[in-house]
This record gives sequence, structure tokens and C-alpha cells, in this order.
Amino acid sequence: MNLELLGITVLWTFLYGYLIVASIDFGAGFFAYYGKITKKDHLINDLISRYLSPVWEVTNVFFVFFFVGIVGFFPSTAYYFGTALLIPGSIAIILLAIRGSFYAFNNYGSRSSTAYLFLYGATGLLIPASLSTALTISEGGFLKVEGDKVTFLAKELFASPYSWSVVVLSIVSVLFISAAFLTYYADRADDRGARTILRKFALLWSPPTIVASFLVFVSLREHNPEHFHKAVSEYWWMFALSLLCFIIASCLIYIRRNFGAAFILVMLQFFFAFFGYGASHLPYILYPHVVLHESVTNETMAVALVIVFVLGLLLLIPSLYLLMKLFLFDAEYVKGKKQ
Amino acid sequence: MSYDAVLYSRILTEMTLAFHILFATIGVGVPVMIALAQWMGLKHNDAHYLLLARRWTRGFTITVAVGVVTGTAIGLQLSLLWPSFMEQAGQLIALPLFMETFAFFFEAIFLGIYLYTWDRFKNPKLHLLLLVPVVIGSSMSAFFITAVNAFMNTPQGFDLVNGVFVNVEPLKAMFNPAVPTKVGHVLVSAYMTSAFILAALAAYHLLRGRKHSYYKKALRITLIPALVFSIATALVGDLSGKFLAEYQPEKLAAAEWHFETEGEAPLILFGKLDEEQKVSGAVKIPWALSILAGSLPSTEVVGLNEFPEDERPPLYIHYLFDVMVTLGMVLLLISFTYVVLSKWKPKKMYNKWLLRAVVLSAPLSLIAIEVGWIFAEVGRQPWILRGYLKTVEAATSSPHVDTMIMAFGALYVLLGVGAVVVLRNMFKNNPAEEELEARGNLHVS
Repeated sequence: MNLELLGITVLWTFLYGYLIVASIDFGAGFFAYYGKITKKDHLINDLISRYLSPVWEVTNVFFVFFFVGIVGFFPSTAYYFGTALLIPGSIAIILLAIRGSFYAFNNYGSRSSTAYLFLYGATGLLIPASLSTALTISEGGFLKVEGDKVTFLAKELFASPYSWSVVVLSIVSVLFISAAFLTYYADRADDRGARTILRKFALLWSPPTIVASFLVFVSLREHNPEHFHKAVSEYWWMFALSLLCFIIASCLIYIRRNFGAAFILVMLQFFFAFFGYGASHLPYILYPHVVLHESVTNETMAVALVIVFVLGLLLLIPSLYLLMKLFLFDAEYVKGKKQ
Repeated sequence: MSYDAVLYSRILTEMTLAFHILFATIGVGVPVMIALAQWMGLKHNDAHYLLLARRWTRGFTITVAVGVVTGTAIGLQLSLLWPSFMEQAGQLIALPLFMETFAFFFEAIFLGIYLYTWDRFKNPKLHLLLLVPVVIGSSMSAFFITAVNAFMNTPQGFDLVNGVFVNVEPLKAMFNPAVPTKVGHVLVSAYMTSAFILAALAAYHLLRGRKHSYYKKALRITLIPALVFSIATALVGDLSGKFLAEYQPEKLAAAEWHFETEGEAPLILFGKLDEEQKVSGAVKIPWALSILAGSLPSTEVVGLNEFPEDERPPLYIHYLFDVMVTLGMVLLLISFTYVVLSKWKPKKMYNKWLLRAVVLSAPLSLIAIEVGWIFAEVGRQPWILRGYLKTVEAATSSPHVDTMIMAFGALYVLLGVGAVVVLRNMFKNNPAEEELEARGNLHVS
């Protein structure tokens, strides 16, 4: 495997990691707010904050890691995306900032407030929408490049069916992933009440997820035929596997069995779809301006980054394992018996 | 005012950084102080120190949250506002940027664990040990990000051939000449600032008439380190002056309104500059600038006239430099007075004037941090990458930066006010005395 392919695979994997952990977080915020206004918060909110409190900051790092990494490996992405994303990117930053800090204000601070929870819930749905703009732009057609001036065509983005289908998909999959995880977490906590509610959420958001996925396919065929054909001719099997995982996962949740396996299948569902999408997008990073092998940084830097990446993983994996062991796999903690 | 993308990009970057560094400084320094208190508590089996560590940690989570989100903001804004800069510099400084995220990752993981395992381990020392990666992570991320900034001041480790960077040496670029003094100054001043902030909290309570020995211990465990860090900050500051004289003489010369290259150069404090480069109303310390630049009064200091006019930094940085140095001296004096009194005149060590000065030391040290950074950054103008890329060539061409200034301005006001309100509520309704009692630690005097 050459360096640029290795680089983009690593970054894509981190983006996938962010997709999963952030979805859990974003969806949980929405469910917590929903629980509060429907007066079911006593059932689910403790459970949610028991999971989120120790990990929200780590979730954030996955995101930072991705965007620092992509600028490092592929500096020209900074140029094109940087210019194009000033508005959607700034909106995402502002929402992330409100969300992160108000989460801390609410949780570590004084008392729980509905206003904070509203901000937390609402931003959780808006952030995926604003972040998904980056993926939409990468399909091409939303930038005008003249000489060394890049102009972002915001109107085209707003009028594009493709861009809206991506937004819809990002929101519903956030809710689906989150509900699937929290159902599993509630099950581990032996918390019947929470499990019942969260399982309903998972089942409720399961059909829209798959409908939205098809919508993205259909609109991609119009927007970027080249990408669409590559996806269905070369990587159809990945999307088929994704669909299969989705069906089994939904069934397991429906018959109330093996919630852990169901969540892993949901992760695999998104893994196949996300990597199938990514692989068929190549060799373009930003169609048609940024091509993988042309935009990679100089070789010395790429090698240095890969070395640091491997060393970093040696540090991260045991630490992440410890974090999960203490807050995810420790049954006593999950049940709320340990502080 | 007509639209000027460069100006607006600069304003937005300045705003974000000015807000972020307040929290980043606390984020780097406070874990060290928490570790110190918890270590003292365990060593002497003293519940007061342990409670100090706990209460500091509680407040720390709020500042960390704001630090994390504003740090994410500046991280992304670099690419959003300075796309051409990131495209070019990305080739050269990706390594420290990337390593910074690892350090940040490491810190985030262990901070999460530390916060939620206070009473979970049978051996309390294990819990203290969790702070080691937090301290390492936060100080290392300060190291790497400062290395990036140092590179912008003294770029090296590459050749520029026909506008293309070749022969890139990532390690040489990362360990550029500005690194030792910059990182040293950033780290010790962050430790110093955090120590003063925590000392100010204790002094505030003592001033309000609280007499519990908890506060007296808090004052002691913060002001002694504050003195050590103040001295270290001053010493590294002196080395930074020598560094500037050698590598960035235009910054030092602008800071000191030093126009003609000459030896036995005086240090100028405050004063006014007229259009003919005449200084009036200033305090002149003979030879001091030469000594700052090279340890000897005879050291020749390069003057500003040696540089073309369009490569000179603005001259107002003189005041920033003066304010920074003056505040540093005042802070050193405050902590020194406390330490001297506590040793030789213990009866006077809680006198009102000293306590008031200690309360004041918190905002003063934060101002010093701000002023110091503005001096360092504006002193590099007009370059964004000194000698290679000018700031005006690096900004985004987007026509919407002015709108974003409004949006981010509102965000920082919201976060700032939010943090202050939450921190106030957190401690106001829950005094340390009550918490000590609730924990049943009355037997410790």
C-alpha cells in the first residue's frame, strides 16, 4: 500500500470512529431532551450521563484528529475545503462549542436546567447536518475555481437534492446509532425502564435510516454519475453487506435479543457503507480538484506522520481500552453503583 | 469600513486566540497544582489538601470544557481563515500539529478517567497516578503547539525552490531555534498564572473573614510555587530576549524603539515616540538592552533602521512588552513578599494589603499572558511565516469573514459569561468548611 492510500485509510477510519462515537453523543443529547419534556427523564437521563460524562471530550478529539490529519497528509484540502467551508464550518464550530461547554456547565456545574438540555439536544441534530456539508462538497459542483480564487456556491448547495439527502441521512443515522447503543447500555445496566424506551427509539429510527440511504444513492446518480457508477459496479458488495448487517441488527433489537451483537452489527452496517462510499470516491478527495496521489504532502513528512501515528496508537489503544473497561464494560459502574 | 478579508481574518483569529489562551493557560497549569495538592494530602494524610485537590478539579472541568471547544475552534479556523498558509505550511509543520492531537487525546482520556474515579480505587495513590498522563498530555500539547508557533517565527528545515518546498526535514522544522525559549516561557508562565489564580481564590476567602486553616494551607501551597514559577518565567524571559537579539532582531528593536545599531543600548520603559523617532518621557536604564540581548553592556544591538520599512513590526508593541515585563515583576514581588513574611514575620503574613495584592494577582497574570502573546504575534508582522510568506498573502478570499466575527464574538461572550456564572454558583453555595464537615474530617486541624 502506498503512503497516500495508507494516509487516507487511516484518516477515514478515524472519521468512521468519530461517526460512531459522535452519533451516540449527538443522539443521546436529543433523547435526553426528549426524555425531559415528556417527563421520562428519570428513566433515561442518568443512564445517558453515566456514559457520556467521562467520554465526551474523547469524542471531540476524534474530530480534531481527523481534520488535523487531513491537512497534514493532504495540505491542498486545507486550501479548497478551507475556503469553501468558512460558513458551514464556522456554524459547526459554534454549535460544537455551545454543545461541549454547556454539557459541562450542566453536568459538572450547578444544577440541571431545561434550557441547557434544549441547547444540547438541538445542537446534536444540527451539527451532523453542518458537518455533512464537507462530504457533500467533496462530490464536486459546489466550488468555482478561477486561477487562485476559490468561490463557494452556497446557493447551489442549498438547492441541491443530493445535499439535502445527505443531511437527512446524517440526522436519522445519528438517532439510529445512538438508540441502538443506548439500548445495549441500558440492557447491561439491567435497567428495564430505560431499555424499553430506547428500544422503541431504535425501532422507530431504523426504517428512515435505510430509506435515507437509498435516497442518497438516487440523488448521487444525478449529481455525480461517475462516483455512482463506481459505487454500484465495483463496491456493490460492500453496500449489500451493509444492508445485511442492518437487517439482522434490526431483527435482533425487535425480538429483544443480543443487544450487544445488534449494536456491533449496526457499527458494521455503517462501516461497510462508509468505506464503500469512501473507496468509490477515490481517487478524488474533492472532485475534481483534489486527487489523492497529487495532493499528498512531501514524502518525508508523510513517513514522519505515519511513524508518529503508529507510536500514537501504541499509546492510545491501551488508554482507550482502560477507559472502556472502567466505564463501558464495568457492570457495576454501568448500573450506577460506583461513583 | 470597506471589506478587507485580511483584516477581518486577523481580527477573528486574534479574538479566538485571545479567548482560548486564558483557558488553555489554566488547562496547562492547574493539573500541576492539583497533583501537588493531592500529593501533599496523601503524604501528610491531610484532608484539607485532598479537599483542595477535589474542589480545584471541580472548577477545572468547567475551564477545560471551554478550553477544549475554543481549541477546536482555532484548530479549524486555521484552515478556514488562512487556507493558503495551511496549504504551504502543512507541508512543513504537520508533524507537531499531528502530535499535538495525540497529546490532547491522551490528556482527554485520562482526565475523563480521573474525574470519575475519585473513590473507586482502594489505593488512593493509583488515583493520583492518573494525573501523571494528564499533566504530561497538557504540557506536551502546549509544547507541540508552541513549536508550530515557533516555526512561524523561525522557519527552517526546508528549501524553497521556485515556490515549492523541497528537502523537508520535519524534525528540524519542529525543533527550530525559537522552540526552547518559547516553550519554556509558555510552560512556566502557565504554571505561574494558574498558581496565582488559585492563590487569589484562597486570599479572597481569607479577606472575607474566613479563618479556617484550609484557606491558609491553600495560600501556602499556591504562593510558594508561584514564586518559583515567577522566577523561572523571568529567567526564561531573559533568555527569550537573547534569542530575539540573535534570530528576530526586528522584534526586539521594535519592542525597545531601538533604531540605530549600537552597543551600550539602554532599555526604555514606557514613554512616547514622536514622528522623528524621538523618545520622550521614558525611563532609560543604561546598558540594560545590551545586557538583555547579550549579557554584556558592550553587546551591539541591531536597530530597526537596518530593516526595510515594509518588514518592520508596528511600534506600539513597545507598550505590550513593557506591560508584560512590569506585570511579571509585580507578580514576582507579591509572591516574594508572602514567602519572606511567612518565614520571618509570620504575624504579618495575612495582612490585608498583601491579601488584596494576591487577589489582584489573578487578573494581572492573565493580562500578562494576553499582552505577552499579542507582543509575540504582532511583533512578527508583517510576516505569517517570517521571511517566506506575508500575512496579506495568506488569508482567505471569502466575503463572509465579517459576519463570522459577529457570530464568534457572541459565542465567546456566551461562553465567558456562562463559565463565570457556573463557577460562581458551584462554589458559592458549597463552602469548603461545610464540605469538610460533611466529609467528617473534623479531626484534622
